[in-house]
Amino acid sequence: MNIASLDTTLPMMLVGMLGIFLVIGVIILAVYLLNKVTHHSDES
Amino acid sequence: MNVAQTFAGLFANFGNLTWQMVVMWVIGGLLIYLGIVKKMEPSLLLPMGFGAILVNLPLSGAITQGDTEGPITALFEAGMSNELFPLLLFIGIGAMIDFGPLLEKPWLMLFGAAAQFGIFFTLAVAGLFFELPDAASIAVIGAADGPTAIFVANTLGSKYLGAIMVAAYSYMALVPIVQPPVIRLCTTKKERLIRMPYRKGSVTKTTKILFPIVVTILAGLVAPASVALVGFLMFGNLIRECGVLNSLSETAQNVLANLITIVLGLTVAGQMTADKFVKPDTLLILALGLVAFIFDTAGGVFFAKLLNLFLPADKKINPMIGAAGISAFPMSGRVVNQMGLAEDNQNFLLMYSISVNVSGQIASVIAGGLILTLMGM
Repeated sequence: MNIASLDTTLPMMLVGMLGIFLVIGVIILAVYLLNKVTHHSDES
Repeated sequence: MNVAQTFAGLFANFGNLTWQMVVMWVIGGLLIYLGIVKKMEPSLLLPMGFGAILVNLPLSGAITQGDTEGPITALFEAGMSNELFPLLLFIGIGAMIDFGPLLEKPWLMLFGAAAQFGIFFTLAVAGLFFELPDAASIAVIGAADGPTAIFVANTLGSKYLGAIMVAAYSYMALVPIVQPPVIRLCTTKKERLIRMPYRKGSVTKTTKILFPIVVTILAGLVAPASVALVGFLMFGNLIRECGVLNSLSETAQNVLANLITIVLGLTVAGQMTADKFVKPDTLLILALGLVAFIFDTAGGVFFAKLLNLFLPADKKINPMIGAAGISAFPMSGRVVNQMGLAEDNQNFLLMYSISVNVSGQIASVIAGGLILTLMGM
């Protein structure tokens, strides 16, 4: 069992989870923005 | 004498048969049984099962033997070693997905992100037993997304592709068995009874068309390694939503997806030769795949419970919907809805759970891309 691998994999776990929330968060903001902009366009 | 020797020569190949090959026939037979009788992902388990028998016949001509190239090896070189088959399949999958309900409530995508926890947790656990590229490939079983698992394992050059594929597709099919006990363990009855009235929102056609383009650009900027995965998925969705390529959309959803599925299953089976598959490592990979699915489910549920700490009493989220954030669509969404109905026959969670399930399809692809980026690909 390679316990030393945790030095590499635990930071990867942290960065990976932060990364996925970051990307998804930006996508969510983009969708809200798209919904807002395109609703206005459709109304006008 | 010559006749007897010639006759005996017909059966000389029996001497090349090993017990490991017979084990693979049994495994192949089991996959075929699960596909046909239990209806578990039959479109993949059946070709994989038959292929497992095909490539485990002594000196099988289906795979390369010495200088003679076999057709399944040729298929692997043509479409797997360069990730072409999974990517083409993604066009078909993208064309099948309706992101509409998710785009009405984009915040539900957060659960898709949370439910990728199993991937990153399993990476840490698998790293204890395997080299990092293999550990990362095994972790992506938790994406509950066959093509992403193939793509990542291939890109990282994992020697466990066959076992990873069997684990990925088997657990996808086993979602109705794996998820409910984990969800029950992570939630109280009171939480499972939380009702979430559904108010239909609206989303414009322009948003539906721009969404796949925006997601491709954003995901590509953050995780360039994922751009092929996300891009092909979103290209398929753009074909669907643009409204002027209905014929192409239908072709991608049916003919293209079916064709690729047939060759994909057989090609994956090419990696299930006895010498690569009948090892203790395979059992460990299957166990780690289960760990990934369990922690994906728990990750989504606990994220919902975390959000509930900050939400007013009348806005609480039923934490079970978090479990649907894996990519196994639509099984996971349906399982959560059925669990909600089992607790309270008027608690309809389907619109939420299916939307979360769709978000899991995007998040799992991005998670696969992030793994590749973290691995320096």
